[in-house]
Amino acid sequence: MSVVIVGAGPAGTRAAEVLIGAGLRPTVIDEAPDNGGRIYQRQPAGFHRVARVLYGFEADKARAIHETFDRLRASIDFRPRTLAWNLRPGLIDTICDGKARAIPFAQTILCTGAMDRVIPLPGWTLPGVFTLGGAQISLKAQGCAIGARVAFLGTGPLLYLVAYQYARAGAHVAAVLDTTAFARKAAQAFGLARGGATFVKGLYYIAWLRAHGVPIAESVTPLAIGGEGQVQSVSWRDARGTTHEVAVDAVALGFGLRPEAQLADLAGVPFDFDPVQHNWVPRKDPSGKTPVAGVFLAGDGSGIRGADLAEAAGARAAWSVLAARGLAVDAGAVARLDAQLAAGAAFRAALERAFPFPAKLAAGMADDTILCRCEAITAGELRAAANETLATLPPPEVNRAKALTRVGMGRCQGRVCGAAAAEVLASTLSCPVEEVGRLRGQPPVKPIPILPAEAA
Amino acid sequence: MRLQRLAETDRPAVSFTLDGRPMAALEGDSLLTAILTEDTYLRTNEFGDGRRAGFCLMGACQDCWVSVEGSGRVRACSTPITEGMRVSRGTVQP
Ligand SMILES: Cc1cc2nc3c(=O)[nH]c(=O)nc-3n(C[C@H](O)[C@H](O)[C@H](O)COP(=O)(O)OP(=O)(O)OC[C@H]3O[C@@H](n4cnc5c(N)ncnc54)[C@H](O)[C@@H]3O)c2cc1C
Ligand code: FES
Repeated sequence: MSVVIVGAGPAGTRAAEVLIGAGLRPTVIDEAPDNGGRIYQRQPAGFHRVARVLYGFEADKARAIHETFDRLRASIDFRPRTLAWNLRPGLIDTICDGKARAIPFAQTILCTGAMDRVIPLPGWTLPGVFTLGGAQISLKAQGCAIGARVAFLGTGPLLYLVAYQYARAGAHVAAVLDTTAFARKAAQAFGLARGGATFVKGLYYIAWLRAHGVPIAESVTPLAIGGEGQVQSVSWRDARGTTHEVAVDAVALGFGLRPEAQLADLAGVPFDFDPVQHNWVPRKDPSGKTPVAGVFLAGDGSGIRGADLAEAAGARAAWSVLAARGLAVDAGAVARLDAQLAAGAAFRAALERAFPFPAKLAAGMADDTILCRCEAITAGELRAAANETLATLPPPEVNRAKALTRVGMGRCQGRVCGAAAAEVLASTLSCPVEEVGRLRGQPPVKPIPILPAEAA
Repeated sequence: MRLQRLAETDRPAVSFTLDGRPMAALEGDSLLTAILTEDTYLRTNEFGDGRRAGFCLMGACQDCWVSVEGSGRVRACSTPITEGMRVSRGTVQP
């Protein structure tokens, strides 16, 4: 029986490469029309920008990933445009162009990547507000900016990277608004310097933006996105308490990333709260093995570690699969990967400390701010439910809150609001956020058309 | 807000209709790009929160659904535009 890889980003690509090297023919499933994943997403046919323009400093890595995949394509059972919507013991349920199909596996490597972590603020559901990652996808995959005057709001390395990419591509970047203080980043400089090139690139983006007159504000408290029917402004308070407002027609919003780990959840992999990332992450050992037999994890879907480590983790998980199948393992290659993963972890931890998730901002969301954008449920509604019912009925956790308020029950399954909802709930109940738990994944992991009988 | 085309504008044109109005896009556009370069929204929130224009562009938030004649409801961010598509933004049922 075959090995099934879900996700054809850097992690999935390197996993496939190792498996093919051992003579296997893996199945690779990706919802996207082509391979590449998020950072190395390929543009549609008919687009002609060169790698240097699309991927900047990462052009060589992007090319290497694409070339590797293209070279291996004949040895892969590649299924693009295919959503893996459920995972059962030994079976992955998929749907492609409306056709359902359950794909059996002996081992699966879930390389499902991440999405933006969001903190709602007044006006965040207006047309013209996109995630930071979404803003980048618009530029990379479509050659479009999300607006004519764009503000970048949030924190994390992607904030400066995407603002830089926009400005370089000729977009008007009206402001970069970082909730983190520069002092905090500088304090992490020692740890960050271990990241070598990554650290230098980050400083370069900031310096470039400043040199090109892009206003950058740090330590901001976001106040609101204003507008009637569409974005017209964004306002914030600076560290001294002064309020500012700038006219924009689009806002890119993001506070770091969170793993897309629903399939691991459905597989029964236990989750742990990682205090450094401030994320729930599926449990795995350093080789990518989970407590669930046959289920392996790699890349950002198993905890945010960035693209380079996603490649290493993908390859490492594939070696674990080979070991599980009783096939030969190259001890030298494994030792090199383990060393790379261990060294990378230190840098990642410094990066997370440099751009911490502003949990207080989420916890302090105003009562009338919409928390769940699917069903327009406010933070106040969640707090009321928490106060009235949850406090008396242990355990006070997010799945019960979800049942009571429908927060997290909408079509996105809490992908967008889950992180902030947990903070609101925890602060209302005066408990650490890890105690309110996390929203559990449900099949289908994304809405699918009504399925033919075969898949039921 | 309108999406601004910054590059790759030398692609062949595609025509489609939006709520019955004839519109032009470029081959390779997603439905989201095709609509939001010309207009400000994709759908209306069923719970009274007004107009929406997508959010994540990566198939995760489900806030970009539109109706396409013959295909039913689709995610605008992950559906490529094709010649002659008839797209409508009528209120989507919860
Ligand atoms: C929008 C976005 C933009 C980013 N841009 C950058 C950047 O510019 N620079 C940077 O350093 N980092 C960036 N990141 C961080 C990024 O997550 C990692 O750097 C890197 O892409 C991780 O690689 P990966 O292989 O783990 O996952 P990804 O590259 O995210 O690949 C995961 C793949 O799995 C597929 N997938 C997921 N779930 C399913 C499913 N259920 N069924 C089928 N297919 C599925 C997805 O379609 C995707 O192609 C970005 C993240 C996001 C979310
Ligand atoms: S914009 Fe989020 S799913 Fe399409």
